[in-house]
Amino acid sequence: MQGNIACAEGALAAGCNFFGGYPITPSTEVAEHMAIKLPKKNGTFIQMEDEIASMASIIGASWTGARAMTATSGPGFSLMMENIGYAVMTETPCVVVNIQRGGPSTGQPTMAAAGDMMQCRFGSHGDYSAIALCPSSVQEMYELTVKAFNLADRFRVPVFLMADEIIGHMRERIIIPDKVEHIPRRPLAPGVLPFHPEDDLVPGFPEFGKGFGVHVTGLTHDERGYPCATNPKLHEQLVMRLYNKIEHARKEIADYVVTNPDAETVFVTYGSPARSVEQVIHDAAGEKIGHLRLKMVWPFPEHAIAEFPNAARFIIPELNLGQVAREFDRHTRVPVIQVPKLGGDLHLPAELKKLAGVAA
Amino acid sequence: MRHEVRFSGFGGQGIILSAVIIGRAAVMYDGKYAVQTQVYGPEARGGASMSAVIIDDEPILFPKVTVPDIYVIMSQEGFEKYGASAQEGAVMIIDSTLVHSRPACTCIEVPATKEAREKLGRDIVANIVMLGALVAATHVVSETAIERAILDSVPKGTEKLNQSAMTRGFELIKERGQSA
Repeated sequence: MQGNIACAEGALAAGCNFFGGYPITPSTEVAEHMAIKLPKKNGTFIQMEDEIASMASIIGASWTGARAMTATSGPGFSLMMENIGYAVMTETPCVVVNIQRGGPSTGQPTMAAAGDMMQCRFGSHGDYSAIALCPSSVQEMYELTVKAFNLADRFRVPVFLMADEIIGHMRERIIIPDKVEHIPRRPLAPGVLPFHPEDDLVPGFPEFGKGFGVHVTGLTHDERGYPCATNPKLHEQLVMRLYNKIEHARKEIADYVVTNPDAETVFVTYGSPARSVEQVIHDAAGEKIGHLRLKMVWPFPEHAIAEFPNAARFIIPELNLGQVAREFDRHTRVPVIQVPKLGGDLHLPAELKKLAGVAA
Repeated sequence: MRHEVRFSGFGGQGIILSAVIIGRAAVMYDGKYAVQTQVYGPEARGGASMSAVIIDDEPILFPKVTVPDIYVIMSQEGFEKYGASAQEGAVMIIDSTLVHSRPACTCIEVPATKEAREKLGRDIVANIVMLGALVAATHVVSETAIERAILDSVPKGTEKLNQSAMTRGFELIKERGQSA
């Protein structure tokens, strides 16, 4: 099965019942598959006029209780940025899939990159935290899409599935489970103000059409949802809550795989370069090479660095100019070696073996 | 046994579909592992297109083909871009209707486009003739597996045509007694 189809199938298994999007290479197969499958399941597929409207459509659908998603690539992702901020501020659960291609601008439509890793963290204006998942196989395209929906509903945030063209277009064996985990959105309790948070800092959800009178705005708002944009204290409280509802769960929701924790040379990867490193470790059977594979890049799991107490160097191959390596570097005193790659090719195992001092 | 197969031709010939079918045959019907990847441009048709499949008994880690041992080449530009660098030990199956150059490695000439046009009445199944020839020459997947994978993958109503194309591919190799 193709990675993009696995993503769509994962969404359907997770109960996604609304897709609003605009086709763009290399993500189009996600939309195509949803267009075929959703109507048969009483879901809604809408091709919107552009990515600004696509993002708006899934926000609206989500407020009616739908599990809503869109899929895009770099140029479309840029257009979505304003409404992504709106989803953050209004605490609207939704899933945004970005099958990354070479940028800036229209760049390389058919080639892989991971140049949007910082954009998904900081791309919309204002301060917020973000959740971003990075699959490195067709199997994970399925599993992490399911997970994205559950995290979106739990934290009431847009969740990003940041794949790349290689994983999106690659076809390989996949095992589809009979059942997937389903974490439902917590409804707003009767008598509680619509933006009054519970202990986990997440308010219950007042679904449209269920009798709640609720005002939804991108302006700074109080617990009633009413605009209150000139009160400095209230703004700080709101933004800190939006930030901390994810940051406080950083350790708990972290998702990474540790290989050879006692190694001195440790690779750190996410997305398709993980596959190159897995090949290096397989071929260097006698030598201890460590690997920290991040399935969730944001919030950044800085505590995972301590899983490698003997690390003398971290080698970080990325399909960009070192976006996550720089984040990694500020959490450790151990030397970090960036292995940036642009153009669409994947790091060859041979070039990584050289860096790790492993016989080719 | 690991095989790395590279397909090349021009956009519209079914180069990517050929790799998908071989991968499907290996995974679904021969119980092996396979990973299929591709390189293509923004053009819808024309332009050199390349796709690749790795087939292995073990799970596949690095997903890209690096040193193919089998080539299927269906255009001159495809040969120049993706076939000319073939290593000595490789086997190359060439559509001799469309490719004029010949590689340094073992080369099996299959007039797939000519056969498809003259014997089957449709150019479009030339890639399936090539798939039949590929399987008969290299046994990279079994003949039953490729047949089932082809039938899974082609549009409804074209099963017979594609089956004949595959069989013609088998025959072209067997008539020559050429097997690598």
